[in-house]
Amino acid sequence: MASRAIVSSFTRLGSIPLGRLSSRSGNSRNLEERAFVHVNLGRGGAIRSFAVAAVEAPVKPSYEVQHSKLFIDGEFVDAASGETFPTVDPRTEEVLADVAKADVEDINRAVKAARKAFDHGPWPRMTAYERSKILLKYADLLEKHNDELATLDSLDSGKLYSQSQGVEIPHFVTRLFRYYAGWADKIHGKTLPADGPHQVLTFHEPIGVVGQIIPWNFPMVMFAWKVAPALACGNTIVLKTAEQTPLSACLAAKLAVEAGLPPGVLNVVSGFGETAGAAISSHMDIDKVAFTGSTETGKLVMQAAARSNLKPVTLELGGKSPFIIMPDADIDQAVELSHFALFFNQGQCCCAGSRTFVHESIYDEYIEKAKARALKRVVGDPFKSGVEQGPQVDKAQFEKILSYIDVGRHEGANLVTGGARIGNKGYYIQPTIFSDVKDDMAISRDEIFGPVQAVTKFRTVQEAIERANNSPYGLAAGVFTKDIDTANTFSRALRVGSVWINCYDVFDAAIPFGGYKMSGQGREKGEYVLHNYTQVKAVVTPLKNPAWL
Amino acid sequence: MTMFLRSRISPVVSRACTLVWRRSYGAELAPLLKPPVEVKHTQLLIDGKLVDSASGKTFPTIDPRSEEIIAQVAEGDEEDVNRAVKAARNAFEKGPWPRMTAYERSKILFRYADLLEQHSDELVALDVLDNGKTIDQATFAEMPNVIRWFRYYAGWADKIHGMTLQADSPHHVHTLHEPIGVVGQIVPWNFPIIMFSWKVAPALACGNTVVLKSAELTPLSAILAGTLALEAGVPPGVLNIISGFGHTAGAAIASHMDIDKVAFTGSTEVGRSVMEAAARSNLKPVTLELGGKSPFIVCGDADIDKALELSHLALFFNQGQTCCAGSRTFVHESVYDEFVEKAKKKAENRVLGDPFQSGVEHGPQVDISQFNKVMKYIGYGKEQGATLLTGGERHGDKGFYIQPTVFADVGDSMAISRDEIFGPVQCISKFKTLEEVVERANNTQYGLAAGVFTQSLDTANFLSRALKVGTVWVNTYYAFDAAIPFGGYKMSGFGREKGEYVLKNYLQVKAVVTPLKNPAWL
Repeated sequence: MASRAIVSSFTRLGSIPLGRLSSRSGNSRNLEERAFVHVNLGRGGAIRSFAVAAVEAPVKPSYEVQHSKLFIDGEFVDAASGETFPTVDPRTEEVLADVAKADVEDINRAVKAARKAFDHGPWPRMTAYERSKILLKYADLLEKHNDELATLDSLDSGKLYSQSQGVEIPHFVTRLFRYYAGWADKIHGKTLPADGPHQVLTFHEPIGVVGQIIPWNFPMVMFAWKVAPALACGNTIVLKTAEQTPLSACLAAKLAVEAGLPPGVLNVVSGFGETAGAAISSHMDIDKVAFTGSTETGKLVMQAAARSNLKPVTLELGGKSPFIIMPDADIDQAVELSHFALFFNQGQCCCAGSRTFVHESIYDEYIEKAKARALKRVVGDPFKSGVEQGPQVDKAQFEKILSYIDVGRHEGANLVTGGARIGNKGYYIQPTIFSDVKDDMAISRDEIFGPVQAVTKFRTVQEAIERANNSPYGLAAGVFTKDIDTANTFSRALRVGSVWINCYDVFDAAIPFGGYKMSGQGREKGEYVLHNYTQVKAVVTPLKNPAWL
Repeated sequence: MTMFLRSRISPVVSRACTLVWRRSYGAELAPLLKPPVEVKHTQLLIDGKLVDSASGKTFPTIDPRSEEIIAQVAEGDEEDVNRAVKAARNAFEKGPWPRMTAYERSKILFRYADLLEQHSDELVALDVLDNGKTIDQATFAEMPNVIRWFRYYAGWADKIHGMTLQADSPHHVHTLHEPIGVVGQIVPWNFPIIMFSWKVAPALACGNTVVLKSAELTPLSAILAGTLALEAGVPPGVLNIISGFGHTAGAAIASHMDIDKVAFTGSTEVGRSVMEAAARSNLKPVTLELGGKSPFIVCGDADIDKALELSHLALFFNQGQTCCAGSRTFVHESVYDEFVEKAKKKAENRVLGDPFQSGVEHGPQVDISQFNKVMKYIGYGKEQGATLLTGGERHGDKGFYIQPTVFADVGDSMAISRDEIFGPVQCISKFKTLEEVVERANNTQYGLAAGVFTQSLDTANFLSRALKVGTVWVNTYYAFDAAIPFGGYKMSGFGREKGEYVLKNYLQVKAVVTPLKNPAWL
């Protein structure tokens, strides 16, 4: 019971200052309510304006960067070329570390190590119970190094330390490794009824060497979503981190070997998409590729897979997820969660609730309250307690978002609040809300990936469904209503992979996640992801003298 | 298709031996038999109606026995695919098919199976005429399974379950397994009506709508099958059938922005284009069932006569035009000489002739280009030093007949051992140890199937684990029961057809989460 308290919903993020401690005691639902109260009221007059916190001197975290090389065949090595690239602190725009820059030759080395570990090593040959124990030990080590991993992610990406330390690492990384450690010895083939005297069975085998390319918005969480199930199934891995956020995975890879993972089973390379990423997608000796990132890059990954060895592909791509508020919804909760759905992680979520559809009868009230909530949002150094929003990850993202804000203005959306940079150092952007957004505006069509909420009005359920579905994306949706019939209609009608009803961003390990349409293919998490990392082999033999069929 | 040979073909084979055609492939062919079917339908089937192609163009489909034209068939191109997708989209978004109860869908599919059964003889005859496959095979081994698969998936329609899931927090979580939408399907010419059923039956059972392109070499049976679907009560627009070519109609399907999924069976080369087109357009998920070069391994302890019989079937069945043909026969050195001798005899006894003649085991190749390709590979085999035991020539001078051909002493690096020939050319090679044969069997870009012949349980277990293939047949071959998944490792494709496994190709998974306010318990 206790462990259920804050687990797995980013929703309860606001509770972090008390969350980790209080999760060990008390009634979970009370806690959850307290969490929201804390978000809404807790900071009182401390920091009223989002401009204040950002300009203060950056907090210096206690943990220093220790690993910045490629991790291949169980060892840290330099890139074959000797080249490095800088990773930047988005708070200060200053270099954090120079990181080994992988290219084709490094990918080849990593694939060779992974291939050897798969074809000749113990990993796919040991019992599933042994694999499971190593993964459990790995989870323990990740837990032990929770704060270091959290620090590296916050340094690299600018995300709140309270979020990475209190929610992401414990409840989405460590938790996920324990979840898949538990799957390792429950991957069952089937025996099948035949139409004649045959014995038929299937093996669900590991697929081989798996290539994985992950994004920068949740570095360790994405690492866990990819690595944990692939390892549980007995595969070996070549994983490329995002060039903006290479640091945490280096440490995590080292911990895997400490946990007993044989060398070569998990190889982690830092590098860029057009070089190292392309080398993975098009490699002739990688048996499967899983990618999370933009739809545009996803297309390239799938084309490269098609042109090379036809490796199967799973893609988790962009989104423009609708957040639909019905007149019977708890308006304050809807305001809070729609705010959270968009602004969480500085708006840098593939499933951000980036199109807020509000019923006309409560539209004005909603706008008023959403504006007040955004104005209250505390922007500042992500290492500082009480801060709710840090900087965007890098200059390119920062500039892209500001240009979309300009486009929103020019297209005639109504700027309710925000719309500008904060301070003159670090990639901070004011929490921004546009109202009266039209469906054909760029800010309503495109994935902005920043703190820009686009609010629009609707009249009927049918209209909301049609407009919500009128997008090339289909990743997620939020629906706020108290009515069970309305909830059922929306949850069936929306063409999206996740429907959150009266909640948002609930990411339990068991819940599958993935997209309809151009938001991708395949599902991650839960039992579903196991399909992505297993091959099915049917074995048939005649029955000579069966006792019965 | 429980064992083509033992259950069905064997009696036929023994009957055939009593015919005058024994060792007939050197003999003159009798005059062609008149096919027991009239070609009634040659148009496209779009939105429940048989229509001409938008361009008005047609293409000829050829009788491979005579090289003469059977019929002119409407040639679907991009515009026709667009019309078909529009109909399928409309049927999916607004029509009853994905909205009716699963029980209703199931009943319609059962009715469809009954109609296919009633029209078995016509469907069989159209496939024989178009493809050149033998009527015995189509009648006994293929058509009953087509019906079987529709009944099998009719039974699945109301058993597609989502899950309820354990949450870590007070949330109610469930998943819906929904139809994926408009499905594009591209089927090959080697088993026209079987491939139709592998693709269409599960897609319909899941509640999707379909745009299916048949192969340009064998368009006829699918059109008839499409009209029978309507008769069974499948609503207009749910199943659309396009005849046409890969580079036009096929490409239009693969790259269509309003098709939600594409399933392709065919060559690895074309599979690559399909996947690329899907990636460049709307990133539709793809399943591919592609080529193979499947090993057939005969261990020293195997029942040699049975192994011989089945290795012959594994290769020569359907004139060698099978993606999972056992096209690399590995024989243990201790039984090699005996096996080779018997394989030669077996091939020489194969009864070639008019595929409409009952008792004939082997018809013509499907068309001139396949015929030429096979002959070219026979040439490579001779040049590269394999021992030609029998065959190696064209049979007769009319129709695309090729003598059953057996090469022995085939080296792994020879083209006939590396490439998919897709013809009646058996390649036999010798091995010493199990480790050696595993390594050689796996040393290919393909991974579709394998045959293993041994009496030893340990050997069977070892080989069935070690072989990197989607199907391992132990002491059997070509067992294709509805429940058995089929598909490839490596460049033989991805995704599985048949069984429960195929359902996931045609479903989307949606997770629905809501907070629990006052649960009785968690």
